[in-house]
Amino acid sequence: MSPIFAARLRAALFWGPVGLILLYMTIPALVVVMTSFSPSELLEFPPAGLSLRWYARALSYPDFRNGFANGLIVTTFASTAALAVGSAFAYLVDRYSFRGRAALEAVLSSPLIVPHFTTGFGFLLLGAELGLTRSYAIVIAAHVLLVLPFVVRSVYVSLKNIDPRLERAAANLGASPGRVLARVTLPLLLPGMAGGWLIAAILSLTEFTASLYVTEARTQTLPVAMYGYIREYSDPTIAAISALLIIATTLLMLLANRYLGLRRILAIDAH
Amino acid sequence: MRTEQQDRAASAVELRRVSKSFGPVVAVQEFDLAIRRGEVLTLLGPSGCGKTTILNMIAGFEVPSSGEIRIDGKPVTAVPPYLRDTGMVFQSYALFPHMDVFENVAFGLKMRRLAKGAVAAEVARALEMVKLTGLEGRRVRQLSGGQQQRVALARAIVIRPKVLLLDEPLSALDKNLRAEMQIELKELHAKTGLTTVFVTHDQGEALSLSDRIVVMNRGEIQQVSAPIELYRHPANGFVASFVGEINRLPPARCTLTGGDAVFELAPGLSLAVPRRPELAVWDGRRVNLFVRPEQMAIADASSPGQACVKVRVVTHVYQGTHTLLRVDGGALGLLQLRIPGSEVIERAPVGSEIEVTLDLAQAVVLAD
Repeated sequence: MSPIFAARLRAALFWGPVGLILLYMTIPALVVVMTSFSPSELLEFPPAGLSLRWYARALSYPDFRNGFANGLIVTTFASTAALAVGSAFAYLVDRYSFRGRAALEAVLSSPLIVPHFTTGFGFLLLGAELGLTRSYAIVIAAHVLLVLPFVVRSVYVSLKNIDPRLERAAANLGASPGRVLARVTLPLLLPGMAGGWLIAAILSLTEFTASLYVTEARTQTLPVAMYGYIREYSDPTIAAISALLIIATTLLMLLANRYLGLRRILAIDAH
Repeated sequence: MRTEQQDRAASAVELRRVSKSFGPVVAVQEFDLAIRRGEVLTLLGPSGCGKTTILNMIAGFEVPSSGEIRIDGKPVTAVPPYLRDTGMVFQSYALFPHMDVFENVAFGLKMRRLAKGAVAAEVARALEMVKLTGLEGRRVRQLSGGQQQRVALARAIVIRPKVLLLDEPLSALDKNLRAEMQIELKELHAKTGLTTVFVTHDQGEALSLSDRIVVMNRGEIQQVSAPIELYRHPANGFVASFVGEINRLPPARCTLTGGDAVFELAPGLSLAVPRRPELAVWDGRRVNLFVRPEQMAIADASSPGQACVKVRVVTHVYQGTHTLLRVDGGALGLLQLRIPGSEVIERAPVGSEIEVTLDLAQAVVLAD
């Protein structure tokens, strides 16, 4: 076997499986995006031609417009509240040892264990009891809970990445604990907090299962509106709005990575 | 004659019977030390000897399990770090990555609520002292290791601390830079006159930078002395072998005869040295002899009367200005000689039998 052939074989053995995995990961999105350009009234794949008419319809459809606006309201409040609560929790868990710390950590990650529809259903019942049925408050409350573990995780990792000697250095130079927090810890934590907020926002914007329970026509978010649409119509509008959502999310992630360095937030660096 | 009271007043930092345990591990035990105003005092010892714990207790990052610490005569044992007025340079520098050079150095002054103009003037002065003028706007990440080191120094001295604490500040630098920074640290101390506590495991650094050295092992003081005294008269075997290279000869019995002190190292192997008054205490006792590599030489006509032993050459280690010669001294064990130049490699090839002299008049004698 010649060395060139061997090298090509190794490349093929590497890129073959990698290519298949990439294809597998992206194929649902690809199918949806391709269908969205179909000129036909029917959801068909592969599309017979190229048209932007469904994008025009998606962008002008009132339920989608309201859903997106509702989503922005819910996301803004939910992500911000989750960031405040999550940062405080992360700080507590990282810096202090106290009774029940392990229990708190477990509870904070419980939304990963409890199915979203259970959470949604729970908030629906709770909302009814409190007379908040299908208000924004109950939607926001549900979303805070669902995104909290991701915010906590993001801030916690950022805290772990702060060299504790920086805080010692600040104290040594005369900074009281409050000023150490304000001048050193918080500024260094900011990228992690922003990243946590962004991840929370993306999750909240695209959350469907729990939202289905806690929203009504007036407060429904975009994924719920999309579900409503697909139950009534079967044209590629739904593909177009999906494509728009994918593009928007991708842009947000790219921005986050460019300015915040997601790598730093999602993994613990070695000092 | 100074009184104890005057000594106390002259102390910048004082540790009184300070102990520190981490769980079952005793890091520092009954540590008593008065650091004089304006001196450079080095805590020297192997890693884990408790030297960094002492530094952290002076800075207030660790609270002693028992005992008292005073700075400028005032007890500070219960005072938090930010009210202690100490300036620390960390091993990793710990510069604030979200601030530029100016902001890093200005941090301590801003915490002291100095007026803006005064801050700028003080920062400029400190940066000039560490030769970093012009780099005010640089990000910390853009600086070399040596420059980061200087920023850390400037940040610590600009607040005019009551004591400057240096935690192995040179260990992260490469060898040439380390030698350069040693000289600069000396110059900086001459300019500022700050009381300085320097922590290191490098005996070379300790010997060249310190007014006094505290040798520590397992949380306890082994010896407190000026560098030359420490090198010439180590108080015990640990200090002798930790500070500088030294050959420990096997235990010997010391007998004083008419004009000589005779050390019987092994049956039939005795070394004699002209009698000195301080050897009188060892008469009839078992002792350990320590001989430094530079106190040994290859025997020639010019060295009559010196203690002389036959050895076999094992290896040469050429080091430019000198050659280390490792020899097998039989009953004396392996010995190391330090011979200037490189001629010895030709003169005494590996495997050859030679005679070497031991300058026992300079040797350290300690109880076995």
